[in-house]
Amino acid sequence: MACRVLGISDRGREATAVQVTQSMKLITAIIKPFKLDDVRKAISDVGVQGVTVTEVRGFGRQRGHTEIYRGAEYIVEFIPKTKIEVAVTDALVDAVIDAIAKSAQTGKVGDGKIFVSELAHVIRIRTGERDEGAI
Amino acid sequence: MSTSSRLGCALMMLLAMPVVWADDAPASAAASAATTEAPTAAASTDAPAAGPATASTAPTEPVLVGADKISAGDTAWMLTSTALVLMMTIPGLALFYAGMVRKKNILATLMQSFACTCVVTLLWWVIGYSWAFTPGNGFIGGSTRWLMDGMVFIHGDTENKLTVSHLALTIPETVYAMFQMTFAIITPALITGAFADRMKFSALLIFLSVWSLVVYAPIAHMVWEPTGWLNLKGVLDYAGGTVVHINAGIAALVSCLVLGKRVGYPKEAMPPHNLSLTFIGASLLWVGWFGFNAGSAGAADGRAGMAMLATQMATAAAALGWMFAEWIGKGKPSVLGIASGAVAGLVAITPASGFVGPTASVIIGLIAGVVCYVAATSMKHALGYDDSLDAFGVHGVGGIVGALLTGVFASKEISGSGGSVLTQLWGVGTTVVYGGIVSYVILIILDKTIGLRVTEEQEREGLDISLHGESLE
Repeated sequence: MACRVLGISDRGREATAVQVTQSMKLITAIIKPFKLDDVRKAISDVGVQGVTVTEVRGFGRQRGHTEIYRGAEYIVEFIPKTKIEVAVTDALVDAVIDAIAKSAQTGKVGDGKIFVSELAHVIRIRTGERDEGAI
Repeated sequence: MSTSSRLGCALMMLLAMPVVWADDAPASAAASAATTEAPTAAASTDAPAAGPATASTAPTEPVLVGADKISAGDTAWMLTSTALVLMMTIPGLALFYAGMVRKKNILATLMQSFACTCVVTLLWWVIGYSWAFTPGNGFIGGSTRWLMDGMVFIHGDTENKLTVSHLALTIPETVYAMFQMTFAIITPALITGAFADRMKFSALLIFLSVWSLVVYAPIAHMVWEPTGWLNLKGVLDYAGGTVVHINAGIAALVSCLVLGKRVGYPKEAMPPHNLSLTFIGASLLWVGWFGFNAGSAGAADGRAGMAMLATQMATAAAALGWMFAEWIGKGKPSVLGIASGAVAGLVAITPASGFVGPTASVIIGLIAGVVCYVAATSMKHALGYDDSLDAFGVHGVGGIVGALLTGVFASKEISGSGGSVLTQLWGVGTTVVYGGIVSYVILIILDKTIGLRVTEEQEREGLDISLHGESLE
């Protein structure tokens, strides 16, 4: 796997050397599963072209919940959430954060979080386009 | 390698057992046949059966009759009932249990019911039917139907002839033996709920086989066959509350005590993997139970209709009883709760179904739903045994509640004979003591020879992959 990634980046090394300007961000949001549709609509409205969605489990301030089967109580520590990942150019970051925050909010504990991190490179596998051109 | 040879040894043991039993069985069968003068037993009790006895002297053993003695209506209903009761085990009970285990044990749980169906079918053919439903001594039947020898249908030039059981005179003996076979199948399958997730498959097969012959067949004989001593005593068990449910329930309790708890119980979370399977299973059990209870009339008659009505009433009442008890006690009405309550109601109405009317059924159901809820929750936790899927809590306790309440509510109008709680206690006590002790002995012998439990590593990995080499994704 490592080899394959290396192969792609080797081809475009000269081109990217100039362009490493940290002009993209990866926005990762943990949201309530039932809010996924609202969030998808909100971010595509502000111009996001693609999103990756994963079903995840975890806990925050909401903590877990209790399940009871024939009187046996089980404390479920981790509750189901949905993780979405969006790669965007810097220009779009604030609008996307805003869109997610607004559309995913219920005001109750457990609404989730948004993490923003620097994104070094993006490569479109089909064409070999890189970075902002590949978003 | 060694497992298979040990399995072989144990099977030899199993085959040797009937020989030991056989020593006294034929002799006593002959003796009792000689001494039975009149069909007093058949008349004085209400075993499931007894279609209208048209012959002037009712037979006391299976007899050859002309095909004109057979009722098409009764036979049609009993054929249907037989299929319904088989459906209770596969897939009903199998799904009911499989949904409650963890994902890694689903296939193993399904396998237990299916394999039980196959094994008991053959044993019933070899010995079981004869020991249960032919005349013998008060304890066990005779050997006249070993390998179902003598159970015939003969195509004649002028008239067809066939045998009928003395317990159901208007249907072919083949149908009666098949119908009772499906009861013999579900009873050991019920026990598997107690030791889910941890018993070796080889040990399970041997346990179920031996149990079916030395516990189920004698108890069925004692309660249902006219020469059985509990039958002579007047113990009422319309469709198997004692024979099937108390019997399986007590074996379940003994086996979960002998096997010990699941690894990690009760500290680790072991929530059911897929309650929708349990829901489907419970629903199939409910539908199949009409064959079980209304079929136990042995005929398509008014009593069968009353039994069906009683079954429906008690089941609904028990399901709601459990649901409301849980709602009040734990805050939420659960799917597992209402489904478990329905099964508890079905169990409790089983012995009573042909003896009581709809009102009594509702009362029996409500009591069973609440009592079984307490048994499967508070009582189990207080006593600390790991009856994984509550085979004892639902079938044992529900069966006892039903058997005793049958004594309270049995209606002379419906059945021709009233009941007595004291008499019912004989049935409950005998089954608990005999079934409990013999189950314990079988399990201990198996534990000392081939071992009952899988290794801890296999248990952690799950029985699907470690015992059967398959898994669900």
